[in-house]
Amino acid sequence: MPTHQFVLNGKPVTVEAPADMPLLWVLRDKLGVTGPKYGCGVGVCRACTSHLDGEEIQPCVVPVGDCANRQVTTIEGLADGDVLHPVQQAWLDCDVAQCGFCQPGQIMTAVALLRRTACPTDADIDRIENVCRCGTYFRIRQAIKQAADALD
Amino acid sequence: MRMLTCGPAPPMLGPLFAPWPGKAPEISSTPQALGRRRFLTYLVAAPALAVGAQLALDAEPAQALPGLPSLADLGDALILAGLPTAHLLVLEVTEAGRVVLQLPRVEVGQGLTTAMAMLVADELDAVLTDVDVPLSPARPELLFAQLTGASNSVRSLYDPVRAAAAAARARLVTAAARRWDLSATGLRTQDSRVIAPDGRSASYGELAVAAAAVLVPAVSTLPRPATQQRLVGQPTGRIDARDIVTGKAKYAGDLDVPGAVPTVVLRPPTVKGTVRSWDGAAARAMPGVLDVLAVPTGIAVLAETFDQALKAKAAVQVSWNPGPLAALSDTDVRAKLRAATAPFVVPPLLSLSLDAEFDFAFVSHAPMEVLTAVADVRPDRAELWFAAQAPIAAQQAIAAVLGLPVGAVKVNVVRAGGSFGRRLFADAAVEAARISQAAGRPVKLMWTRNDDIRHGRVRPASHHRVRATHLLGQVLTYEHRVCTVRTDFGHGLGEALTAAGASLPVGADAFSQVFFDLTQELPYELGVTTQLLTEVPLDIPTGSWRSVYSGLVRVADEVMVDELARTLGRDPVAFRRARLRDAGARAVLDKAAQAGSWGRPMPAGHAQGIAFHSEHRSSVACLVEIDATDPAEPRVTKAVVAADVGRVINPRGLEAQLLGAVTDGISVTLRAGLHLDRGAIREGSYADFHYARQRHSPLAFEAHLMPPSGPPGGAGELGVPAAAAAVANAYARATGTSPRSFPIKH
Ligand code: FES
Ligand code: FES
Repeated sequence: MPTHQFVLNGKPVTVEAPADMPLLWVLRDKLGVTGPKYGCGVGVCRACTSHLDGEEIQPCVVPVGDCANRQVTTIEGLADGDVLHPVQQAWLDCDVAQCGFCQPGQIMTAVALLRRTACPTDADIDRIENVCRCGTYFRIRQAIKQAADALD
Repeated sequence: MRMLTCGPAPPMLGPLFAPWPGKAPEISSTPQALGRRRFLTYLVAAPALAVGAQLALDAEPAQALPGLPSLADLGDALILAGLPTAHLLVLEVTEAGRVVLQLPRVEVGQGLTTAMAMLVADELDAVLTDVDVPLSPARPELLFAQLTGASNSVRSLYDPVRAAAAAARARLVTAAARRWDLSATGLRTQDSRVIAPDGRSASYGELAVAAAAVLVPAVSTLPRPATQQRLVGQPTGRIDARDIVTGKAKYAGDLDVPGAVPTVVLRPPTVKGTVRSWDGAAARAMPGVLDVLAVPTGIAVLAETFDQALKAKAAVQVSWNPGPLAALSDTDVRAKLRAATAPFVVPPLLSLSLDAEFDFAFVSHAPMEVLTAVADVRPDRAELWFAAQAPIAAQQAIAAVLGLPVGAVKVNVVRAGGSFGRRLFADAAVEAARISQAAGRPVKLMWTRNDDIRHGRVRPASHHRVRATHLLGQVLTYEHRVCTVRTDFGHGLGEALTAAGASLPVGADAFSQVFFDLTQELPYELGVTTQLLTEVPLDIPTGSWRSVYSGLVRVADEVMVDELARTLGRDPVAFRRARLRDAGARAVLDKAAQAGSWGRPMPAGHAQGIAFHSEHRSSVACLVEIDATDPAEPRVTKAVVAADVGRVINPRGLEAQLLGAVTDGISVTLRAGLHLDRGAIREGSYADFHYARQRHSPLAFEAHLMPPSGPPGGAGELGVPAAAAAVANAYARATGTSPRSFPIKH
């Protein structure tokens, strides 16, 4: 079985897996990183959303082979030690989460959005596809705007 | 952390209230009978303090008991059923200073652990972050007091949890008084410490051991009056928010149970299809595959990773027998429902009548976390981990399929990634238990999203026939006939209702009929009113979906009320206002109308819509604004909700529930529904089951909470019917149409 090397949340990792194994299962089943969630496995729900070299990806549809020597960041790698990322902090301040299951993906999506667009408009936020079955969308919108202000 | 249970193991002191071994308790049917049951159980397992409290040491239980004349609400029935064991709560103060409430409910996102931590911290004068609220495993001795559902958790736990915390506080104070040789009445408590007038203080952790030895506290063990509550009513963030935003919160699939291998099940194309023949050789030969075996629901594949299990699943060869509905599609179900809808009794004579028929599609619960269960079944025992709303019923069901005694099955309750009623049933856990037993190894079973939507339970489809007669502007009669596909209540709720049945003002017929009668009440004065439920049994897995019958019946009612108002030339708010029976209800309606600027001019293609609902001893009004300039792509742009839920523990959590309810209402009214095509559910993921996304959710949302007017009412489901109906009414007004079939875009 091929081995793959990449940087996971700032630390180099080496893992044995078929090259076509989706990153999601490499993270969850081989590396014990369970922040990225399974919600559909086909790139629709976005619960697994993480970053590859700082850009949003859905690890359920990204083969581990594509990650060689690149930077993978999951929700676990977002905070700086005990200091939360401003987006995480905004999520606390707005008390966004209900069941919480979609929120790692929501936060990673929001971080990527704010990297691309410092001051997202409502129309930008409307383009977020992540499902929140608990229906926290309005608080997500508020938190993104608050985080945008904080990052400004 | 030690688990304290109410079994015989820990030494019990004080007037003892033992659980009834193996037999159901008599249900007290009168307040008097309950009054005699005044007892306190302490569960003292040295070295730290643990209290299991009756409603209150000295409290009058009668005040917590709904008076029988008013027992006409499902929540009251469930509280009554749970009452004999509701006090068997375990609250522990550890030497490390942690205050631990073992919660006999599940956290599904409704914010219950936060609300309960607030209650405990408030009553105990503890720092909120010192309180932990782990979920209790199934505790069969709790009988009917371990069911999460029917918006009943806060209602049923408000008194017992405060009583337990007050009892613990009294013992901590007494222990400190003894240590300092001071009068206990002069001591106060604050920030998890007991403080003496001279400034000395001791932490709860330091006092825990001594407090455990206190038999008769020297200060009152009564919970404090609401006027002295300090945290209750304060907007408070979730206690688990940090774990959630850092990815640390663990759901069943995230647990690391030794040896539990990733497992998936290949399921039939049709609902409840069965395996005719199968061949797993190719799958078995694939990398990482550990086992392939048949279970009643399909073919299970066990592998080292989920990826390998999923790939091998695709390689299993199966020939399927069609399921029992293979001949049926939506139109057939609709025809069955129409045919079985009860007739009206009032002929439209000598008066004018307004008739309408409504249809609601099947809807998936589709919680974000798919059904997941970890099972470790050994020859003589089993242990499971999953999110269970009804863990006691689950434990019984699992023991039955495994052929083990109930006591040999341990059910650990794990937080859920959403539920909406789905996890009342332990479908995945029962299946995981079978697979683990057959494979002889622990498994971590995950349903795929496809499994969840195509084979999960559904909100039953329904047909409604509504007739109102009126004369000279007065509504004379209102008749609502609803026929639904039968709702499965086989998760312990029926048993609870039966237990309370002696006191229920209805006959002990089918559970659904009891449930319907206990929940369906028209809040308006509309003349002679009758509502009748009939059911069509259909071999499809169904279950309660957030707000159950109200999400259907009350939505049809509220659409009908708007049309009646229009027919009579009245404004929808004024029409409702004049007919709402209850002043509190009118205040809620007024609040929403005023805060949402009811009647403000809207551009063409835009409109407001409003609806009201009361249930769970609470009431809610929802006003929405919709932009339907493109009728194919309606957008709810604003939602204003007013709610009276009695005493609010956490306004922030309540607002979250109302927000979620609005999103549910938008979804089920406009886009989210399932199709049945020749015995199979057509939808398979969120790509075609159109639960709302960010672009469908309102850009403005306001929740207005009325001042507390009594004990806490239920709130988890409350907002759904009002929101769903407000969206329908807004859409109707914006487009000049009369919606009759939901979701409208189906
Ligand atoms: S699990 Fe990756 S998008 Fe749904
Ligand atoms: S918080 Fe539950 S799915 Fe988003």
